[in-house]
Amino acid sequence: MLNFWKKKPAETPPAAAPAAPAADPSPEAAAPPVPAEVPAAASAAEPVEAAPARRGWRERLAGSALGRGLGSLFQRNPRLDDDLLDELETTLITADVGVEASTALVENLRQRMHKREFADAAGLRNALREALVALLKPVQQPLDPSGHKPFVVLTVGINGVGKTTTIGKLARRWRDEGRNVLLAAGDTFRAAAVEQLKTWGERNAVPVISQGQDADAASVIFDALQAARSRGADVLVADTAGRLHTQGGLMDELGKIARVLKKLDPAAPHEVLMVIDGTTGQNAVNQLRQFRQIVGVTGLVVTKLDGTAKGGVVFALAREFGLPIRFVGLGETATDLRAFDAVAFVDGLLPAADHD
Amino acid sequence: MFESLSQRLSATVNRLRGRGRLTEENIREALREVRIALLEADVALPVVQALIQRVKVRAVGQDVMKSLSPGQALVKVVSDELTAVMGTANSELNLAVTPPAVVLMAGLQGAGKTTTVAKLARLLTERKKKKVMVVSCDVYRPAAIEQLRTLAEQVGVKFFPSEAGQDPVQIARDAIAAARREVVDVLLVDTAGRLHVDEAMMAEIKALHAAITPVETLFVVDSMTGQDAATTAKAFADALPLTGVVLTKTDGDARGGAALSVRYITGRPIKFLGAGEKTDALEPFHPDRLAQRILGMGDVLSLVEEVERKVDQEKAQKLAQKVMKGKRFDLEDMRDQLEQMNNMGGLAGLMDKLPGVSGLPDSVKSKVNDGEIKRMVAIIGSMTPRERRHPDLLNGSRRARVARGSGTQPADVNRLLKQYMQMEKMMSKLSKGGGKGLLRQMSGALKGMGGMGGMPPMR
Ligand SMILES: Nc1nc2c(ncn2[C@@H]2O[C@H](COP(=O)(O)OP(=O)(O)OP(=O)(O)O)[C@@H](O)[C@H]2O)c(=O)[nH]1
Ligand SMILES: Nc1nc2c(ncn2[C@@H]2O[C@H](COP(=O)(O)OP(=O)(O)O)[C@@H](O)[C@H]2O)c(=O)[nH]1
Ligand SMILES: [Mg+2]
Ligand SMILES: [Mg+2]
Repeated sequence: MLNFWKKKPAETPPAAAPAAPAADPSPEAAAPPVPAEVPAAASAAEPVEAAPARRGWRERLAGSALGRGLGSLFQRNPRLDDDLLDELETTLITADVGVEASTALVENLRQRMHKREFADAAGLRNALREALVALLKPVQQPLDPSGHKPFVVLTVGINGVGKTTTIGKLARRWRDEGRNVLLAAGDTFRAAAVEQLKTWGERNAVPVISQGQDADAASVIFDALQAARSRGADVLVADTAGRLHTQGGLMDELGKIARVLKKLDPAAPHEVLMVIDGTTGQNAVNQLRQFRQIVGVTGLVVTKLDGTAKGGVVFALAREFGLPIRFVGLGETATDLRAFDAVAFVDGLLPAADHD
Repeated sequence: MFESLSQRLSATVNRLRGRGRLTEENIREALREVRIALLEADVALPVVQALIQRVKVRAVGQDVMKSLSPGQALVKVVSDELTAVMGTANSELNLAVTPPAVVLMAGLQGAGKTTTVAKLARLLTERKKKKVMVVSCDVYRPAAIEQLRTLAEQVGVKFFPSEAGQDPVQIARDAIAAARREVVDVLLVDTAGRLHVDEAMMAEIKALHAAITPVETLFVVDSMTGQDAATTAKAFADALPLTGVVLTKTDGDARGGAALSVRYITGRPIKFLGAGEKTDALEPFHPDRLAQRILGMGDVLSLVEEVERKVDQEKAQKLAQKVMKGKRFDLEDMRDQLEQMNNMGGLAGLMDKLPGVSGLPDSVKSKVNDGEIKRMVAIIGSMTPRERRHPDLLNGSRRARVARGSGTQPADVNRLLKQYMQMEKMMSKLSKGGGKGLLRQMSGALKGMGGMGGMPPMR
């Protein structure tokens, strides 16, 4: 029933390319640039999830507020008028897409509607779907950890978003791909955070380097990189304590971790992976802005998309920062991680209308 | 956390200020702005609509007082309505039952339940003099039980052990029995985070609730939550007879619309705010002060209370007397002040509450950080007692030694001394001003701190 999209998702011309990230006279200029091209092998390297993942996404996302809202909106087969657009705007906003992104999307549709580009409400829906896909397509860039050895991933984000769980999932995924994975217990602050990561290590039979509670995070991660080198590990994934982006001192500590790693490998960390809780509202924009400025975030993971919140804020993030979204979290177990797929994401959000 | 909403509303109201009176038309325009502001602050749409409707009815109707300008009148109406939605007074925990009083926590993954248990345990022990026991029914998340065990040890309360293989309902039952045996006043029951769409998990917490009949069932919600706060809150309120809400991570810069949504949807009072990761970062929630904070007036009342609770009264008295007698404010005094500031949850916690500060751009505020305070304390710590009492002694070579000793740069030492001089000047002015309350000392100190991170002095 989604044939239209299945046939040519890739050729969809971007209706509204995301604005280039605003020039910012800050340290982020020094951050490693976003990989310009996606390694061709990456898409082939994910045969496991191609079909089931898409179905999984649709199933899981179908119950979302955005999905429900838009679904019922179009099933009423409403008249093609400004009221419909207003309703559409409201629906996008209530899905955390954000006032600015929503308004921009809807204004574009309004102009096209007045130019009589759409025959009916379904035509308008398809145009919206195209625009949403166009916003996310550019940030659909998988993470390929083969470029360096060891490939160092530094995981960052605010408290409770799912960093440690995501690391557990990544360890499983990369181990299953036959890579030699090592984890670093860099959250030395939260009670039992080291234990939590160690449990994930045991579950996945992946070693964890730790020094225990209250150790210096930078030194733990530095040691782990040394260990990763001497053991010939392919990937090192470092956990860090959650911190609010407003806590200057703690944010500086992240900067320090990145600097310390560079002493061993000037290119490290090769990926600064920021985890964002999918239930977060517009504050995610502030979070990403600060983290990007201080540690040069290079990729995102959006978690907890198995609930009713569907992370509509990613549209605002894509629009403002254009950073790659690497993965989404769809549950609490080791296999609940999917490579981000813009089409699957939008398909889940925009259920097909009655007739198809 | 509510800065941006207040900024936005004041801009709108400033525009209104030029008008003669509140007409249907200019109200409509202002309300559109208010609507966007509330949505951007992540207030759930149904709540926004209800709020706007109430404001409209009251503003256009003849509630406007003669003494107010139209702008003020609208702010007052919006403020009144925000307050009305938030409830009228601070609600405490209800523990008036035959002990043990059982408190059940519920919420999504990562909301802050376990941390809140530790904070509540500490608050009840220290301020209410209760005998507290905690227990974890989170048999799912790795190391969740260990997390609570560690925290219980930190705050010095009884911990009822449990294990990942056990049944949550049985754990809670056993804990209640133990609490009875050990004559505990309050038993705090931590639970695993769960999604409201997870039927099995929702059934589990219902069963848990039925088995232990808690006197308080607290819904813990992250203040950064978006529109989903309404959906989630509704589902939890439908599943469980909630008695209150805890709003966590309010130490960030989220606009906190979730507070309005959850309160409106559940009808349950917000009983506490989580304002930091440490176990003392739990504040009673005062609904009547929230609207003021939203509108940028600063939560001065909360600040006064906090100052009174945490400032070492004796030291403060001594300093006040010293300053009043015209004695010189020295580096020893400065260190005391810095340490007190640290005790109070650092500058970020303090600044948020001061009037005017909410208007400062985030970039400025983020420069003033607590690491800076610690560094300053370290620098002073590397001086000899004589140097602390007579800062004039600190010549170039002494400064270099202090820098080495504290692992800082000579420039840092120079900066600190400059800030000291500013504070000293402030203090001597204070002593001439006479009759100074604690609050004024604090804000004096804060002004001194202003120079530190490149923050412009506030007024
Ligand atoms: N800054 C800040 N962090 C908080 C606050 N409350 C909790 N946290 C942090 O948020 C994270 C999650 O807190 P937990 O108490 O483990 O949350 P939980 O709801 O028990 O999480 P699960 O058991 O995993 O569902 C931890 O890193 C806490 O330190 C708060 O008020 N402010
Ligand atoms: N439902 C759901 N829960 C998640 C997901 N990712 C993480 N969690 C849960 O969120 C909570 C916080 O995760 P954790 O990894 O400890 O967060 P951290 O503090 O950022 O390291 C835990 O209870 C996890 O089980 C997800 O994708 N879906
Ligand atoms: Mg963690
Ligand atoms: Mg917990």
